[in-house]
Amino acid sequence: MLEAARCIVYRELLLALRRRSDVATALLFFVIVASLFPLGIGAEPNLLRSIAPGVIWVAALLSSMLSLGRLFAADHADGTLEQMLLGATPLGVVALAKTFAHWLVAGLPLVAIAPLIALQYDLPAALYGVLALSLALGTPVLSMIGAIGAALTLGLRGGGVLLALLVLPLYVPVLIVGAGAVEMAAAGLGAGAQLLLLGAALVLACAFAPWAIAAALRISME
Amino acid sequence: MTASSIRWFWYASPQTFFPLAGTIARWCGLAAALLAAAGLYVGLFIAPTDAQQGEAYRIIFIHVPAAWMSMFLYVVMACWAALGLAFNTRLSGMMASAIAPTGALFTFIALWTGSLWGKPTWGTWWVWDARLTSELILLFLYFGFMALQAAIDDPRRADRAGAVLAIVGVVNVPIIYYSVKWWNTLHQGASVSLTRAPSMAATMLTGMLLMALAFWLYSIAVTMVRVRCIIKEREA
Amino acid sequence: MSEFFAMGGYALYVWGSYGVTAALLALEVFFLRKRVRETKA
Repeated sequence: MLEAARCIVYRELLLALRRRSDVATALLFFVIVASLFPLGIGAEPNLLRSIAPGVIWVAALLSSMLSLGRLFAADHADGTLEQMLLGATPLGVVALAKTFAHWLVAGLPLVAIAPLIALQYDLPAALYGVLALSLALGTPVLSMIGAIGAALTLGLRGGGVLLALLVLPLYVPVLIVGAGAVEMAAAGLGAGAQLLLLGAALVLACAFAPWAIAAALRISME
Repeated sequence: MTASSIRWFWYASPQTFFPLAGTIARWCGLAAALLAAAGLYVGLFIAPTDAQQGEAYRIIFIHVPAAWMSMFLYVVMACWAALGLAFNTRLSGMMASAIAPTGALFTFIALWTGSLWGKPTWGTWWVWDARLTSELILLFLYFGFMALQAAIDDPRRADRAGAVLAIVGVVNVPIIYYSVKWWNTLHQGASVSLTRAPSMAATMLTGMLLMALAFWLYSIAVTMVRVRCIIKEREA
Repeated sequence: MSEFFAMGGYALYVWGSYGVTAALLALEVFFLRKRVRETKA
C-alpha cells in the first residue's frame, strides 16, 4: 500500500515536471497578487506590516486553489482515474497520495517563496520562521479540503468557479488561524497555540479528508 | 422492533411519503400562520419597550428565531444527507435539497435584520462580530450546496455529491464559528457591547418562542411542499 | 396609532426588518405555488 502511494506520488511529480509551466504559473500568480495590494492600498510601511500576514495567506490560498482543477481532471479525461477506482489500492490512499503530490507541487513552493513576499512588506525577519511554518502546516489542509471540492466538481460545467464557491468558505478557519499565528508572533505573544491548532487541523484532515475525497470520487465516477 | 423499522422505511419511499407530506404541509402551514399572528401580537403590542434600546429591540422577534432556524436547518439538511448516504434512500436526498433554499432564506433574513438592528444600536450596518460573520459564511455554504446540486444533471449524483458537501460543511460550521470568534477578539475594533437584553421580560421571551415555533412550522410546511414538487418532477 | 408605526423613531429599522422578512417569505410561497402548478400540469 505504501509502495502504491509512493508510486502515485512519484508519477504525479513526474507529470508536474513535464508541465513545469503550470507550476510556475501558480507561483507567479501568488507573487503578483501579493504585489498588487501595496499598489492598491498604498505603501505606508506600518500599514503594510500589519496587513502582510493576511495578504500573504490569502494569496497563498487563492494560488493553491487555482491548481486544484488539475488535480483529478487529466486522470479523469484519459481514464486513469477509473483504473485507480478499480485497482487494489484503497481509493483513500490514492486520494491522499495525489493530494500530497498536489501539495508538494502547489503548496511547498509557496512556503519557500513566502519570505520573499514578507520582505516586500517589510515584515521583521524574526517572523519569517513563523510565517513559513504556518504555511507549511496550513497549505496541506487547504490541499485536502480543496481535493474534496475538486472531486465533487469533477467533469461539471463551470467547474472552476463552482469549485471556488464550494471551497473558499471551508478555507476560512485555516486562513484565520494561519494568519493569526503570524500576527500573534508579531505582537510578541507567541504563536504556539495557533501553530498547534494548525497541526491539529492537519491531523484531522489527514484522518477524514481521504474518506471524503474517495466518496466524492466514487460519486462523480458513477 | 421489526414492525417499527418497516414502518420507517415504508415512508422512506417517495410515493408513500407524497400524500403524507401534503397533509403535514397543510397543518403545519396553518399552525405557522396562527402562531406567527400570536407571536407578532405579543411582540409588537404586549412586550414592553426595552429600557436601553427603545423600540429597536423589537427586531429580536424575527432576528433570533431566523438565526436559530438558519443553523438548525443546516444541521437537519446534513442529517438527511447522511441518512441518504448510509441507507441509500431516495427520499433523503430530496429532503436535503428541499430544505436548502429555506435555510438560505432564513440565513439571509438573519443577516438582514441583524444589520438593521446593528445600525441603531452599534452605529454601523455591519460589524465583524463572530455571530454575523459566521452567519455570512453559513450563507455561502448554503449557496455552495445549491450551486453544486444545480450544476449536476443526474439527480442521483446531485443528491450524493450534495450529501458529501453538506456533511463536510456541518463538521466545519462549529470550527468556523470558534475560529471567527477568536479572530474577533484578536481584532477588537470599536468596542461594541454585544450583550443583548440581559434581563429579558417574560413577554419578550414568549413572543420570541412563539415566533421561533412559527418559523419552525413554516419551514416544515415549505419543505414538505417543495419535496412534493421534487418527487413529481423526478418521477415524471 | 401613528405612534405605533413610528416605533419610537426606529421605524425604518423595525419595519425594514419585518417588511423584508414578510416580503421574502411571501415570495418563497409565491414561487413555490408556481412550481406546484407547473409540476401538476
